[in-house]
Amino acid sequence: MNPVLQIFWQNLRLQLKQSSDLVAPIAFFGIATMLAPLGIGPEPNLLSRLAPGMIWIAALLSTQLALDRLFQRDYEDGSLDLLALAPVPLELAMLAKTAAHWVATGVPVLIAAPLLGLMLGLDGGSYGALELSLLLGTPILSLIGAFGAAVTLGARRGGALLAVLVLPLYVPVLIFATSAVGAAGEGLSPWPHLLLLGSMLAAVVALAPFAAAAALRNALE
Amino acid sequence: MTDPVRGFVGTDLACRRSERMVFARLDFHVPHGGALLLTGPNGSGKSSLLRLMAGLIKPFAGRLEWDGAPVRDDPAAHRERIAYLGHQEALKPVLTAVENVRAWVGLVGRADRAEAALAAMGLGALIDLPARFLSAGQRRRVALARVVASGASLWLLDEPTVGLDTASIAALEQALAVHRAAGGIVIAATHMAIDLPGARPLDLAQFAVTGFAEQFEAA
Repeated sequence: MNPVLQIFWQNLRLQLKQSSDLVAPIAFFGIATMLAPLGIGPEPNLLSRLAPGMIWIAALLSTQLALDRLFQRDYEDGSLDLLALAPVPLELAMLAKTAAHWVATGVPVLIAAPLLGLMLGLDGGSYGALELSLLLGTPILSLIGAFGAAVTLGARRGGALLAVLVLPLYVPVLIFATSAVGAAGEGLSPWPHLLLLGSMLAAVVALAPFAAAAALRNALE
Repeated sequence: MTDPVRGFVGTDLACRRSERMVFARLDFHVPHGGALLLTGPNGSGKSSLLRLMAGLIKPFAGRLEWDGAPVRDDPAAHRERIAYLGHQEALKPVLTAVENVRAWVGLVGRADRAEAALAAMGLGALIDLPARFLSAGQRRRVALARVVASGASLWLLDEPTVGLDTASIAALEQALAVHRAAGGIVIAATHMAIDLPGARPLDLAQFAVTGFAEQFEAA
């Protein structure tokens, strides 16, 4: 099997075996969304209007929560040294690790989002746009986050630093993703927003692994 | 035209960690089948030199050559000939011993050698035990088994004997002898006596740099 695919499968298996890593972000996603109606009040029209934004903000923060440990353990146990010496370009190894991370944390969000939409009374026509926006948007979050996690590696209180560094970069994703869902809810086409998200994903797939690999090499020096 | 020098050669190497020069003007040469034993007090740069040889740290000055070809020109080829053992064992607690070894040697297509290597390190009975149940010495032996199974020609071992009992050290010495008989190179940093016949000693204390400022003025 191709070494890059091997790294992907190994990391995915590790994520699935360390089930706390898997459960915590998705539980956070659910609870954060459920807290909103308790704070805002149970008025259906208001909730249904706020639903896309609330779901997306919760998705964003839960991705953020899981990213903290993307490289931290590998850094501490020496695995990153071996990864840097593996017969695979570190850029591709980063892409494989991030992809595994997305499958373990992004895909559960995709599955849970419609249920939370139902709970918040999300407009019936918006579900397709919500899922598509998450499908295109959450990999962007993982890739940008991987870069942030690599940059903050070895820093004390890296988690807080990571949030400060990465959350501003998530802003465009949040804007276009919620616009897509909002447009669908008003009966307009969500496609302009989704296509912009798609182009962002294409750019980030091409650039983020290089930035992450460069930051990792620096951290290993 | 002269023949290129066979083996692994470092010339005029210097290493700088943040603001401190760790060592400078360091030369070494290890022929195929040879061994180099790094000694020196704590902080003299044994680990830094090994990481530098592996390409994890860029040398501040100097160059590394393999069979006469600069390592810097083809880092991918250099990575393929290295098996590196650092201070940490890089074991995942949820994976078994054999899975931990396979995870890395599988990347170079040698997953089938994992079990034999673990057996050679005296862990034949423990291969299916998750790494979180292994003792410190057993963890070290799993990491050594990864090096043995890698099939790499250049072994860079940082304190390979830490936590090992006498029988395990003998098994390690045996593995090192087999590797060298096949033309492999061993470079090890250690404080403990380890039997490496014909190994060249390299005392890092000789290359210590007294002060950063003097070094700059000299340059």
